[in-house]
Amino acid sequence: MNSRSTTKTLLLLTAILVFAVALAATLGFLKVSIVDVATILFAKLTQQTLHAGIDPIAATVVGDIRMPRILAAVLVGGMLGVSGAIFQAILLNPLADSYTLGISTGAAFGASLVIVLQIFGLVLPPVVSVPIFAFGGAIGTLALVLYLASGDRRLSSTSLILAGVIVAAILSAAIGFLKFLADEQVGIIIFWLMGSLSGASWQNILLLTPTALLGTMVALFYSRDLNIMATGDRAATSLGVHTVRLRTTLLTAGTLLTAVAVSVSGIIGFVGLIVPHMLRHMVGPDNRRLISLSFFTGGLLLLFADTLTRAVLPVEVPIGVLTALLGGPFFCILFKKRQKDGTTTF
Amino acid sequence: MDRLWSLKDVSFGYGTTPVLQEVSLELRPGHCYGILGPNGSGKTTLLDLLSGLLAPQSGTIEFNGRFLHSWPKKHLAQQLALVPQDFMVRFGYSVREVVEMGLHPHLHRFATPSSEDLALIEEVLELTGITTFADRSVTRLSGGEKQRVAVARALAQQPTVLLLDEATSNLDIHHSLEILQLIRKRFEQQGMQVIAVMHDLNLASFFCDHLIFLKKGHVVCQGPTEEVLTPETIATVYGVEAEVTPNTFTNCRQVSFRLPVNP
Repeated sequence: MNSRSTTKTLLLLTAILVFAVALAATLGFLKVSIVDVATILFAKLTQQTLHAGIDPIAATVVGDIRMPRILAAVLVGGMLGVSGAIFQAILLNPLADSYTLGISTGAAFGASLVIVLQIFGLVLPPVVSVPIFAFGGAIGTLALVLYLASGDRRLSSTSLILAGVIVAAILSAAIGFLKFLADEQVGIIIFWLMGSLSGASWQNILLLTPTALLGTMVALFYSRDLNIMATGDRAATSLGVHTVRLRTTLLTAGTLLTAVAVSVSGIIGFVGLIVPHMLRHMVGPDNRRLISLSFFTGGLLLLFADTLTRAVLPVEVPIGVLTALLGGPFFCILFKKRQKDGTTTF
Repeated sequence: MDRLWSLKDVSFGYGTTPVLQEVSLELRPGHCYGILGPNGSGKTTLLDLLSGLLAPQSGTIEFNGRFLHSWPKKHLAQQLALVPQDFMVRFGYSVREVVEMGLHPHLHRFATPSSEDLALIEEVLELTGITTFADRSVTRLSGGEKQRVAVARALAQQPTVLLLDEATSNLDIHHSLEILQLIRKRFEQQGMQVIAVMHDLNLASFFCDHLIFLKKGHVVCQGPTEEVLTPETIATVYGVEAEVTPNTFTNCRQVSFRLPVNP
């Protein structure tokens, strides 16, 4: 609640994040000292030529290969974190995320569809088509879910979740069929479905940054309204909250964040679910704090996971698999502990 | 102003089932109205129409000289507060955080509460007797405690009209009386209007100075409690035999009932 301590925390987190980014850039097959990383980045930012004494290969590796991937990890993680916080608050369900609404599955379907079309000879530049189809799949799914739930005039969270589960079930079957059609080349789809940041480029960063800013700003703008939603529709309406408008706006913002993140990285599960869930346990449910904290924590978490698979593990494990393997058991422990504490309401 | 609310031929239904039919009412400020009637008579729907959650399918509702639906939601929320039947809060907000939500319609989007606002919060916490557990999570409270938080939140909204939707139906008699008494106190201090949907006739008689009886979506009768709370009204509305007697112990009219005996 105290805004000064929140500002302090955010400044501290920004500092930690900058340090983590620099540290991650030193790690990898080619070791680069943190001083050199700072010099290379400073030169790149100010468009100056590098002074002698710095290995030009190191400059290329850090500036053009590692940096976009590292920033993509931070942004994607942050976006997934914020979108999870939005979905959980708006659906009044601490276990909600873009999966509950079928949005991730929609994005996966879009991507699988274009991959299969390419296998069958459709010629499209691959950098453009997969992200665009993933995005289209996510938005289309949200539209369908909203349409299915709209019979209920107040757009209640129960209707939304039910509609999401139904649509996701259909889409999962459709993805299965696409995999079947892909036959021997099913590996491409599977790789994409497991998520990876290895192909991240500066172009991706140019797409991710404004989306992350916009989505997070919208969520912060409505954070007090989001808090009030926790008291139920009738009470929220009596406090002057436009419940239907708020749900539509924030579901769109959450979908935009998920869709753009997924279009760059493929499906990365558990970040959107665990980050806001865990934070709510630590700092309380107030969305005015939770949303910005979710961004930082999600970003740091995915950066950690991606650096682990990129630079530490002997073989590069798909990041979606890694987050699920790390996050899943952690979540199980949290879940069991909660039951023991006797808190059935999360 | 002599009328705060003016309802003309208000009708509402879900699908093809009519719930309220041509309800016309005039409600004056400074009174405590009780809305009574059997299950399914449209009491809660009437309250939802007054709070602006539902819009009438035909007829008009005027509030403070203006059509209700033409009020911006935020301005309406500065004047109307609702205490729902089962106040439930998802996520573990502290009691104080929930009560502070009552300030929402009075605050700019990114404003933090002023020291006067915070003093008001302390005052309503004290008034509703929840100061001792103000920092506890609302999910860990009992039903009676939760309802008091709902009342505190509504009072923090500083409304001119307080709407109660069976706010004490699920509470024992001690907690019911406690909550009604503290609302009554606030009502007498500040002269706000109270419109309460109630089930218990005796509590309504104790709490409300005006009663409105609904049956099958129609207003059967309305007026000052001592005039309309009669065996005849109760027989028409609920289909039970009743005896209404002035009670010196509670200082208001009390009702006893029995099912009609077939002659």
